[in-house]
Amino acid sequence: MKINVSHTAKLASLPITPSEVKKFEKQLDETIDYVEELNEVNTENVEPTSQVTGLENVLRQDSAKPSLSQEEALSNAKSRYNGFFKVDAILDNE
Amino acid sequence: MNNLNIKQAKEGLKNKKFSSVELTKACLGRIKKVDSKLNAFVTLTETKALEQAKLSDKAIKEGVELPLLGIPIAIKDNFSTKGIRTTASSIVLDDYIPPFDATVVEKLKSAGMVLLGKTNMDAWAHGSSTETSDYGASKNPWDIKRLPGGSSGGSAAAVAADETVAAIGSETAGSIRQPASWCGVVGLKPTYGRVSRYGVVAMGSSLDSPGPITKTVEDSAFILDILAGMDEFDATTSPNPKGKYLQNLNKDIKGVRVGISDQYFIKGIDKEVEKVVKTAIKDLEGMGAKIENINLFDPKYAIDVYTIIQRSEVSSNLARYDGIRYGFGRERFAEEAKRRIMFGTYALSSGYYDQYYNKAQQVRTEIVKDFEKAFNKVDVIIAPTSPSLALPLGATKDAAMFGEIADVLVEPSSIAGLAGINIPVGFSNLGLPVGMQIIGPQFSEALVLNVANMYELNTKNALWRSKKPNL
Amino acid sequence: MKYTPIIGLEVHVELKTNSKMFCPCSADYFGQKPNTHTCPVCLGLPGALPYPNKKAVEWCVQIGLSLNCDIPLFSKFDRKNYFYPDLPKGYQISQYDKPFCINGHVILSTGKKIGITRVHMEEDTGKLIHETVNGKKASLIDFNRSGVPLVEIVTEPDFETAEEVKEYLQKLQQIVRYLGVSNADMEKGNMRLEPNISLKKQGQKGLPSYKVEVKNINSFSFVGKAIDYEIKRQEEILDSGKVPLQETRGFVEKTSSTASQRVKEEASDYRYFPEPDIPPIRWTNEKINGLKREIPELPDAKKTRFQKQFRIAEYDSEILTTDKNTADYFEEAVKAGKILSLTPKQIANYIINKKTDIESLLPAKLVEEIKNANTTVSVDDKTLNETIDKVLTENPKAVEDYKKGKQTAIMFLLGAVMRSLKVKADAEKIKAVLTAKLK
Repeated sequence: MKINVSHTAKLASLPITPSEVKKFEKQLDETIDYVEELNEVNTENVEPTSQVTGLENVLRQDSAKPSLSQEEALSNAKSRYNGFFKVDAILDNE
Repeated sequence: MNNLNIKQAKEGLKNKKFSSVELTKACLGRIKKVDSKLNAFVTLTETKALEQAKLSDKAIKEGVELPLLGIPIAIKDNFSTKGIRTTASSIVLDDYIPPFDATVVEKLKSAGMVLLGKTNMDAWAHGSSTETSDYGASKNPWDIKRLPGGSSGGSAAAVAADETVAAIGSETAGSIRQPASWCGVVGLKPTYGRVSRYGVVAMGSSLDSPGPITKTVEDSAFILDILAGMDEFDATTSPNPKGKYLQNLNKDIKGVRVGISDQYFIKGIDKEVEKVVKTAIKDLEGMGAKIENINLFDPKYAIDVYTIIQRSEVSSNLARYDGIRYGFGRERFAEEAKRRIMFGTYALSSGYYDQYYNKAQQVRTEIVKDFEKAFNKVDVIIAPTSPSLALPLGATKDAAMFGEIADVLVEPSSIAGLAGINIPVGFSNLGLPVGMQIIGPQFSEALVLNVANMYELNTKNALWRSKKPNL
Repeated sequence: MKYTPIIGLEVHVELKTNSKMFCPCSADYFGQKPNTHTCPVCLGLPGALPYPNKKAVEWCVQIGLSLNCDIPLFSKFDRKNYFYPDLPKGYQISQYDKPFCINGHVILSTGKKIGITRVHMEEDTGKLIHETVNGKKASLIDFNRSGVPLVEIVTEPDFETAEEVKEYLQKLQQIVRYLGVSNADMEKGNMRLEPNISLKKQGQKGLPSYKVEVKNINSFSFVGKAIDYEIKRQEEILDSGKVPLQETRGFVEKTSSTASQRVKEEASDYRYFPEPDIPPIRWTNEKINGLKREIPELPDAKKTRFQKQFRIAEYDSEILTTDKNTADYFEEAVKAGKILSLTPKQIANYIINKKTDIESLLPAKLVEEIKNANTTVSVDDKTLNETIDKVLTENPKAVEDYKKGKQTAIMFLLGAVMRSLKVKADAEKIKAVLTAKLK
């Protein structure tokens, strides 16, 4: 087994059932094996692609424009309170 | 009326042969008649469409001239539409109503389109079949026991079945060209950065390219003319000047150098696909194109590069779906999305970055360079779009990399950000469409469209051109 | 002491650009109604894309240049992936292996050099508020702050005392204020700091095996308290033969102590990768030099110049250059004072001692005020003699004290004479006459 599915799921914040863990272990290991074919390509001294059409220095002027209204911003929220998005209490440890 | 293309519909509206309301009603009527079989639409916007059609008719009467005024268009459900549900075919976004329009949608609206509705797709555009849609797979109009391809399968099916005059899709690697191929329509994948991605639910951010799916090459050129250009909301749109897509369509292709690579007629390719595409290449040769054999980077490596880059980007792009600001929680992700998120998370996780993501971006550089070299020798490259004909429903079951493998022939050009188009070139014995792709360098849309259009004109009277799906 | 503290610092400075880092929403969010400064981009709506703010990027580079950093010609943005409700996209756009600025330093008054590892650009998160709603504990999120440009400045672990840290922070605050790129107001959260602290045994080679990060410090005085507390706490643990845990602790204002927040059992896995939505940045030397030229004279340089040019004391120069407005005010006043033949020293003394309100008093008015204060009226000898005699008669006790040798008594008498004269007379002259009379 190459991939630790439970750990990866935790990193990805994905709820995974035990049966999915089994299934993904197998499938993802296969995928990993598959892409390891890339090692056949010699990439010594090859720069990784960072922008495929070669763009650089794309910046905008610092001018402010109107924002969404509070109602628009909150319009899709399942839970809101007094103009805020609301979630179950989380520990303020950040 | 619903079987008209954009050019014909525009003429009809201009000459008052029919109104936009009539045209829109014809499309809606067709949708009502056949969409229960096809499932090409996730959301129909009938009321809004008819209102818009009415407004268009008024504007036409007043002499307003806009490129798409009164023309019904269907848009893939990963394009944000203000006030209209946008799900990307995932129940994570089952009730999401964007407060803004994607740049593409805004441009089409400014051009006067009548939006018919949002088309089905593989959920999050993950797939080449529409079978990963949470709203059920779409069906291929040529054989409803078969898949339309994907991820823009709903758009391709809707165009092929004449439910709409034209449609918009998006491609990460194959998602426009492959369903266009399986459904027998034209699908243009512009150069990365030619058309703005702003407002399109992101899949592989360094690859995603929105584009048209149409009945004719000319229609694709017409829509690209509306969509192309820089966007102040997408920093990856190119300042490269827009081409003269419509003007160049009918240029003689005599002497155009067409590259053919044996590597693109891969082992296991459907024999009928191979035969039909080779006949089309002969046709082009007959029209004066110079066919040259070239050697390209083995497309099998493109599968690996694409899988790693796309899934890594997917894992990050889908992190925003936490159900707090919109939509539902992460427990609603279906299997395919989970699988891609998991692999991408793994590939980017501590200690693996160099081995996977960085390696893939290095090989990507090699693929880009390889195409640059090829385009020193030839003007365009031609290949089958898909190694197979439309596959039967259920083909993706338990195929953990179905999408990536099915799209092997379109991945290299997507990875290199090239312009490409699928055009129908005939049918199999069973009556399934065969598609051929024409690939050109970055920002060579004018040339690619020109070659495609000349082929289309040259085969205008071919017997197979008169075939229509029987629904 | 048996141990040497090893302290490094991460400081976040919020830039005062007009718009946010990656979208055109106003960055002026402080005190605004919640979720009124948001758009698809900073709310992380599906399909929204970042578009970087030129001014913010340039300001980040100018901060780096002011901290003596090198500016690599190639730089890029990266995604830092983690989940938290105040992080709308599930990743923060930041910079990983190619930050805008590297290898800088700041020199403290003791001459000690503090290394600046890097200065990079990123975006702020939303703000979480913890409240009880309908009897249930809940967290409320305001995304007005989401996407506001942040510059992170990371030092080498070069500090050994809280005093060094404080001086560095004051210098840093002064510099960004001089640059005019941030208010650097700690109470408003424009400037946030996170020291990491560990102790090394005297003579021990290399860095300690652990480090403790302290958060929630929102004033300069707290940073000293937090560091001192940590040093003491870690000392005790080490003395008992144990090793302090690698963890994040929060500063507790009430008790001036720190409390454990969470134990880092393993390094966080942020899965950094290059931000595909933003093309990389490539500078030219001309562009960097241009940005350098735009940087105003910084506090240290100004202080030295003031000392030399105006011949004022180091202490005075330091006070006058604490903030740029005062320094500019002083220079203008010196210019205006020339006509009235006031010396820079007189003006400096006046501004410092009288705590001049530079907001309300124009420099030209100030120098008039100084001139008036320094002008003495000459009193004729007759009046002076009469007044002194009267004062001496009325204050026999003071006269006696003086004669007994109590030197300060003369100051009392001098004050009485000055008051009786009712005009501003030359104190030196009066003192001379007084002394003569008392002999």
